[in-house]
Amino acid sequence: MTALLEVEGLVKHFVAERSVFGRPTAHVKAVDGVSFTVEAGKTLALVGESGCGKSTVSRLVLRLIEPDAGRIRFEGRDLGALDAEQLRAFRRDAQLIFQDPYASLNPRMTVSQILTEPLALHNLVPAAGRRERVDELLRLVGLEPRFARRYPHEFSGGQRQRIAIARALAVEPKLIICDEPVSALDVSIRSQILNLLRDLQDRLKLAYIFVSHDLAVVKHIADRVAVMNLGTIVETADARALFAAPRHPYSRALLSAIPVPKPRAKRSRIVLEGELPSALNPPSGCRFHTRCPYVIARCRSEVPQLREDGTGYATACHRTGELPGAEAIVPSDGGFSPTLEKLVAAFNTAEASGRPGVIS
Amino acid sequence: MTTGPLIEIEGLRVTFQGDDGRVTHAVDSVDLSVANGATLGLVGESGCGKSVTSLAIMGLLPKQSAAVTGTIRFDGFDLLDVPDATLRDLRGNRLAMIFQEPMTSLNPSFTIGDQITETILRHRGGSRRAARERTIELLRRVHIPSPEKRIDEFPHKLSGGMRQRVMIAMALACDPQLLIADEPTTALDVTLQAQILDLMRELKAASGAAIILITHDLGVVAEVCDEVAVMYAGEIVERAPVDELFANPQHPYTVGLLGSIPRLDRRTSHLATIEGMVPNMANPPAGCRFAARCPFVENACTSSPPPLAMLNATHASRCIRAPLERLVS
Repeated sequence: MTALLEVEGLVKHFVAERSVFGRPTAHVKAVDGVSFTVEAGKTLALVGESGCGKSTVSRLVLRLIEPDAGRIRFEGRDLGALDAEQLRAFRRDAQLIFQDPYASLNPRMTVSQILTEPLALHNLVPAAGRRERVDELLRLVGLEPRFARRYPHEFSGGQRQRIAIARALAVEPKLIICDEPVSALDVSIRSQILNLLRDLQDRLKLAYIFVSHDLAVVKHIADRVAVMNLGTIVETADARALFAAPRHPYSRALLSAIPVPKPRAKRSRIVLEGELPSALNPPSGCRFHTRCPYVIARCRSEVPQLREDGTGYATACHRTGELPGAEAIVPSDGGFSPTLEKLVAAFNTAEASGRPGVIS
Repeated sequence: MTTGPLIEIEGLRVTFQGDDGRVTHAVDSVDLSVANGATLGLVGESGCGKSVTSLAIMGLLPKQSAAVTGTIRFDGFDLLDVPDATLRDLRGNRLAMIFQEPMTSLNPSFTIGDQITETILRHRGGSRRAARERTIELLRRVHIPSPEKRIDEFPHKLSGGMRQRVMIAMALACDPQLLIADEPTTALDVTLQAQILDLMRELKAASGAAIILITHDLGVVAEVCDEVAVMYAGEIVERAPVDELFANPQHPYTVGLLGSIPRLDRRTSHLATIEGMVPNMANPPAGCRFAARCPFVENACTSSPPPLAMLNATHASRCIRAPLERLVS
């Protein structure tokens, strides 16, 4: 089976400074040689600190911005070779959901107009059937069809995010890029949207690229995870394997810092000293070496390659294998007591009985 | 360390008068107390009244539109009943606050050094040179690299994490007895969040200050708090020591919150969701405010407002069905 999306050696440098003659003198190396694949119907999470290039990658994949180098193949076709017509067809297959549902919906359009626009643009549904399709889309994301005539300001943040999801689903995509889709939402609303994304994936066989800095959410939703640092992927693995025992020192530091809802949780936190280096002038050799607790001379001069171990687990570190065991890195939250598990379950059953009818 | 609480809030009530004449009940009969050297977590979702509570303590609510009643006793003063001049002497000095957004709460036209020394000069007096030295010391304490250089930089030159640390340094300028931190780590990456939380723990250990930490992140609460108060629709619905709250929550809203966050040690395809909406606080329901969204609701819940009742010496819940374990056994 070929992957839905294959990305190879993606590079994007932004010009940060120009000389008086307009010649670029400094570049931000936002993305510097990134490769990954996404299988149909699966979720790949991109994680890393602010400024690591994860949002730039998601925009490159949709060709919203052009890469400086590298290849992106969607269902085997090279996106770089598509003409305008073909690119438009590709945009039907790949959609984007943004972080801020207050900024991503046009306040002057009704929900019905927002959802009809993609249908008309791609000429998917004859004009007469569009209203029905809008109703269907709203039900799909758990909203009532009568909301179609309202404007975005009449909705809460969670409801707006549902509308944004409905808009992405309107063109029946195969891949949705979710850029921090739940970061702006309250905890209880966040769980509704995460449940919805998972339901839709099961029902419609969607693939997601999930960009997030919330690692507990990533563990919950992702099949595979790629950890990014300063424009490069330092580690990529199945979510379960990564969270069981992260190998790269940077992944270890990230995962060890997850705050868990258990007082006095056992943890061996790895504190990163120093500031995040600038992507304007990334460190030589391994880009993590300035903050790495396991740094040796070789790390400062030689760039480590992302090496796969034969089980789909790839790490870019000279010292993989020499590092101490990683079993106790991810803090343990102990789950729930049986009583609490039953009490929580009461909320799930209430939801199941009250869930609006869903049409696929 | 003295006995008795450092700050004691009783029957705090805040209402806002809207332009259309409607009155919104933002905070209703809130009782809280924090002892010296303790950290209280104030938890709840947007609009539950947690930030308004903190602004009421600091005396920062607009006098024209907000009506504040009740008492806030702090070290012999009733903060709701002192002259403005006294409040100005306390604020930034013995009472300090870290605001949520480090991007917007620093003044962009002054260097960070100017903004911190201003606080020191206002409350401590002394020479500019001494204030500057203390500022460098404070920046060093919050782990800002090369503070002698950074002190003369403007906020836009600093990263989000550094700005947040500058805010903390400013709050600590006069060794406050009470520090209110409103979502101090929400805008930050996990690695920075961990650094800031460590820093707060360190400071508490060093100075014995009391902290009120306002957050919606239960993970952060578990990390740093001693006691937790959960707020919903303007009221405290549950209050307990931190271990007790996470192991044995006694209000359905707390249970729903705990179930709705993804856990690292729990594999589940679906998270708990709290269906429905927060009640309109211009017209709060007669009975329990959570009743419409509660899976354990019964008739008695909607007839009269439930009291915040003590279940044992330290654990209080505003639910007439508590203890909850009998509902599922």
